[in-house]
Amino acid sequence: MSLLQVSKLSKDFGGVRAIDDLSFDIGPGVIHSIIGPNGAGKTTLFNLITGVYVPSWGEIRFDGKPVTGKKPFELARMGMSRTFQNLQICHNMTALENVMVGRHLHLDGRLLPSLFRLPRIGRADRAAEDQCRELMAFVGLEKYWDWDADAMPYGALKRLEIARALAAEPRLLLLDEPAAGLNDSESREIDEVIKKVAARGVTVVLVEHDMKMVMEISDHILVLDYGRKLTEGTPQEVRQNPDVIAAYLGHAA
Amino acid sequence: MTKAEPTLGGGGVARRRDTGLGARLMRPRTGGLLVLAVVICLLPLFLQNNFQYDVAIKIGFNAIVVVGLNLLIGYAGQISLGHAGFLGLGAYFSAITVTKLGWPPVLSLVLAAAVVGLLAFVVARPVLRLKGHYLAMATLGLGIIISIVLNQEAQLTGGPDGMIVDPFSVFGFTFAKAWQWYWLVGGLLFVAVWLSLNIIDSPVGRALRAVHGSEVAAEVVGVDTTRYKVLVFVVSAVFASVVGSLEAHYIMFLSPNEASFFHSVELVIMVVLGGMASTFGAVVGAAILTALPQFLTFLEDYEHLIFGLILMLVMIFLPKGIVPSLAALLKRGGDR
Repeated sequence: MSLLQVSKLSKDFGGVRAIDDLSFDIGPGVIHSIIGPNGAGKTTLFNLITGVYVPSWGEIRFDGKPVTGKKPFELARMGMSRTFQNLQICHNMTALENVMVGRHLHLDGRLLPSLFRLPRIGRADRAAEDQCRELMAFVGLEKYWDWDADAMPYGALKRLEIARALAAEPRLLLLDEPAAGLNDSESREIDEVIKKVAARGVTVVLVEHDMKMVMEISDHILVLDYGRKLTEGTPQEVRQNPDVIAAYLGHAA
Repeated sequence: MTKAEPTLGGGGVARRRDTGLGARLMRPRTGGLLVLAVVICLLPLFLQNNFQYDVAIKIGFNAIVVVGLNLLIGYAGQISLGHAGFLGLGAYFSAITVTKLGWPPVLSLVLAAAVVGLLAFVVARPVLRLKGHYLAMATLGLGIIISIVLNQEAQLTGGPDGMIVDPFSVFGFTFAKAWQWYWLVGGLLFVAVWLSLNIIDSPVGRALRAVHGSEVAAEVVGVDTTRYKVLVFVVSAVFASVVGSLEAHYIMFLSPNEASFFHSVELVIMVVLGGMASTFGAVVGAAILTALPQFLTFLEDYEHLIFGLILMLVMIFLPKGIVPSLAALLKRGGDR
């Protein structure tokens, strides 16, 4: 059964249809990529799936349950987590604290136990801290753990987003251009992290412009153009599809 | 994700957690509270007369409100220009039920806090949906409405003339002397700071700070941001209400000025001056803004001018507020 089912999804912004009658399925346990030219609606699609936007039409099912219109935190509870293309880092916190925010669902978030600092709050926080440091090492950020987030370089913040998303222990992880703005060697490192995440059994959905990365690590690719599905399939199939070539390079005269 | 094989964990994970005495003392919850306790305990040695006690007690009252307000403004990044309204409601609830109906003051104080908390809860959901200037306007309006009601309901509140309030008594013991009030307020301030530090250093506190840092990032990892904004709004309103009740008994007179817009602004200035997102900054801000006018009275006509000038200079040279700016300076000095 597919983990994520999108059927006849549309999103209008005023008169602009950003996503147009889009349907696709995402099965569990593999790396899926969503590609397309600028403005194809990739980020909009991410925002619809994760509840940041509400669809104009259509339905989204996660794990077989309808989730259309659910809020992001409700989807997070069901096991969905994501990163952002334009970083969403809490600059008023340290790197470690940013990751620990990702543990929120696994800690006691009620007021009174925290207000009176019951011993178990401290114990759970210390355990969470250890897990988060491990995650930071996992994405290669061990040396930054006590840095203020606003002092960290861009490439490190990209990975911090991944660590925070992983801290929530998602079953579905959506990465919005994790390699954008990174140099070649940094991109390869992100590559490795994504593969390791997928190897742990997390389903990864990737929006990415770095074609080398997409072709190399994806099991399945969905190509968008003007909010519609152009094609989908294995990297091999997509690479040879004339429509895809046309969308990227312009139509032959 | 927690059941990671060691190879995935990237090898040896640094597990430096300072547990030595020195490191413990540097933490706000131990070292900071200790300093606060020492200051509260030693201050009476320097207080020579009732006037000085009065200033110290008022500092304590303001500091408790500002510690609560700082949770909302400094940590969660939401503004409220109407918090004096909650303070005023708590004050009038206590004043009316104790003085006119003869209720026990402690019961009135607790019920006032519950009623104000409930009111804050009801208004918080629609109001905290707004952001920035719009939130400021909405809370401003809320404070003004409360102020108008207190002025208009003259048969209950005495209107603009104010009303006399009975003293504060607990099980037959009446707080009458300045030093008795001093220890009561000092103790409550200590508890307020302790509660505030507890909240900040907990999953709730991280959620609040994440709401400030990036609401959407908090949401996608499962933080119900609306719930936490409402929560902190209610908590800060309850802090204000408790202080309002006590202050009415302390001064034994209450006027609608207590709930005025200017008082709300004063409280916000205390938060900003002391330092946003710093509990001890809130205490320092309250102390300075309460005490400074008393020291400037010799300037007579120029008092307000100099007062404003000092505020401007502090904000220009210590833009993050007094405590965070000084802490950063100290840290930089220590690194050299």
